[in-house]
Amino acid sequence: MPGIRADYMGMALSIDDLDGENLAYFKHCSQHDFHLQKCDDCSLLRYPPNTGCPWCGGANATWTRVEGKGEVHSYEEVHHAIQPAFKGHTPYMVLLVDLDTQKGVPSDVEALRVVANLTTPDGVLAPPEIVKTVGIGTRVRMVFADVTDGLSLPQWTIDEAAPQPAKPWRYAQE
Amino acid sequence: MPLPADTDATTPKYLRDKYAIVGVGETPYTRGSGKTTRAMGTYAVRKAMADAGLKNTEVDGMLSYQSGDSTFAPMIAGDLGIRLNFYMDVFGGGSSTEALIGIAIGVMEAGLCKTVAIFRSMNGFSQVRIGGTGARAAAPVNGDQLHSRAYGWQSAGQMFSPTFMRHMYDYGTTPEQVATVKVIHSEHASNNPKAYYKKRFTVDEVLSSRIICKPLHLLDCCVETDNATCFIVTRAEHARDLRHTPALIRGVVGRCNKPRMDMHYQHGPISTVAGHYGKNILWPNAGVGPEDVDLTGAYDAFTFTTMLQLEDYGFCKKGEGGHYVSDGTMRLGGRRPNNTSGGHLCEGYTHGMNMVIENVRQLRHDVDDSCPIGPDGKRQHTYDYSEGGCRQVKNAEVTANLGWAMPGTGSAMVMRRG
Repeated sequence: MPGIRADYMGMALSIDDLDGENLAYFKHCSQHDFHLQKCDDCSLLRYPPNTGCPWCGGANATWTRVEGKGEVHSYEEVHHAIQPAFKGHTPYMVLLVDLDTQKGVPSDVEALRVVANLTTPDGVLAPPEIVKTVGIGTRVRMVFADVTDGLSLPQWTIDEAAPQPAKPWRYAQE
Repeated sequence: MPLPADTDATTPKYLRDKYAIVGVGETPYTRGSGKTTRAMGTYAVRKAMADAGLKNTEVDGMLSYQSGDSTFAPMIAGDLGIRLNFYMDVFGGGSSTEALIGIAIGVMEAGLCKTVAIFRSMNGFSQVRIGGTGARAAAPVNGDQLHSRAYGWQSAGQMFSPTFMRHMYDYGTTPEQVATVKVIHSEHASNNPKAYYKKRFTVDEVLSSRIICKPLHLLDCCVETDNATCFIVTRAEHARDLRHTPALIRGVVGRCNKPRMDMHYQHGPISTVAGHYGKNILWPNAGVGPEDVDLTGAYDAFTFTTMLQLEDYGFCKKGEGGHYVSDGTMRLGGRRPNNTSGGHLCEGYTHGMNMVIENVRQLRHDVDDSCPIGPDGKRQHTYDYSEGGCRQVKNAEVTANLGWAMPGTGSAMVMRRG
């Protein structure tokens, strides 16, 4: 497969032509379909894409469709961006989300924890008035920010259809 | 005080007390050194040799660590007239310090060389900024970084904050408790003439400084400085012929990890850090437990990192770190002071080196504070810890350094007065 070069929010993104795992992962994302590698030996899913199973060391895996739904496990709010691309978007949120799929497997301290920003449903970084409503426990669903052919970034947005906690946990000092 | 139940304090293994730190040296801690990392590194190694009383012909090993922001050991050795029997420059930042001490002991034990200088030279403010702004932040985003930097998730503070936030959620740790780390380290720094920031801060001042990356305020974050630091490790029997009381190395943990190093957040609890695993190596190897330690050097890249490590190495119960760091235990004059030089939050940022240097001086009972120097050339410590005063810990015998790379990786070391 040829490599990919593209611009996202003023950042130069690229995937090398030799990087088959990331090319495959982001190709599925560009079709707005979230896939993870499932180990052919132990049948466990893993994130992010890599070249071998972190659970059993197995060499072979099969790309498997995974539902992009989950719950915020932890978060941060960046007020002082260091990357030029993000300076116009503060405060922006980075979410660590437990996928519902494979949560608590293989042990109760493990989950597929997928990192992305909090965005609006169209995949644009969420504005401050939405940022301040989200915390640990918020239910989110995956959307995609299209970058170029073969490359979309998975993002998280509030899952309007899911029951939400009355008050998600937020840092004490607002 | 009792050791942890599983501590084996009887077996004379793991080279306990067989090697020592015999010399320490550093440049001033500045913002704008006006010097290359080569010039600074040479200066720091020369200072450490002079401190030990070693000639250039007596140092034959050299180790350093960096991340593309420094000068390699052969250049520094060349500038000092040192012929090396062994050297290695490794990639890395925090947590390399103690890990390299472990490597130094291993290569000396294997007969590759006899005396090793370990240095770290960095213009962390004026060249490659350690906070990540500048060239590193503007670099293109490739491959695996699409899962991190593409989301504005890059700097140390940004990468660690999910751990910090979740600790508050899991254990009710408060912003005020964590801010006390900065308060205490700033008090210590005010008694350290070398410290870049000597001003004492209050909890309110920490919490009213601007938010960088929630939950981190500006004053929860370490200082970015330019500096080089060095210490020298050799065999204990050689150490006794040198200038100072040696700091004997009891045990070392080197880059011990949580599971899933490529993305440690896949394994929980994420409010637990690598010290949870490191403690099972550190205390049995050292033959002591946390209760035996007189002072600590828990890495303070951020206020939170000090707390997380003290907690996971067992200085308090899991979840009680917020209480431990704010109840006065780790203040000078308290039961177990931490980072008496002011550490990374105040003295200067060295990727862990200055915390080891400080503990070596503490174990010599000769920290470089403002106490008067007596007729024997030694400082007459007053143990008055008020602003501008003493920072020597009374009768310091055992120290622990807890080095941090990130939540998933840490190193550690126990030393004792020789």
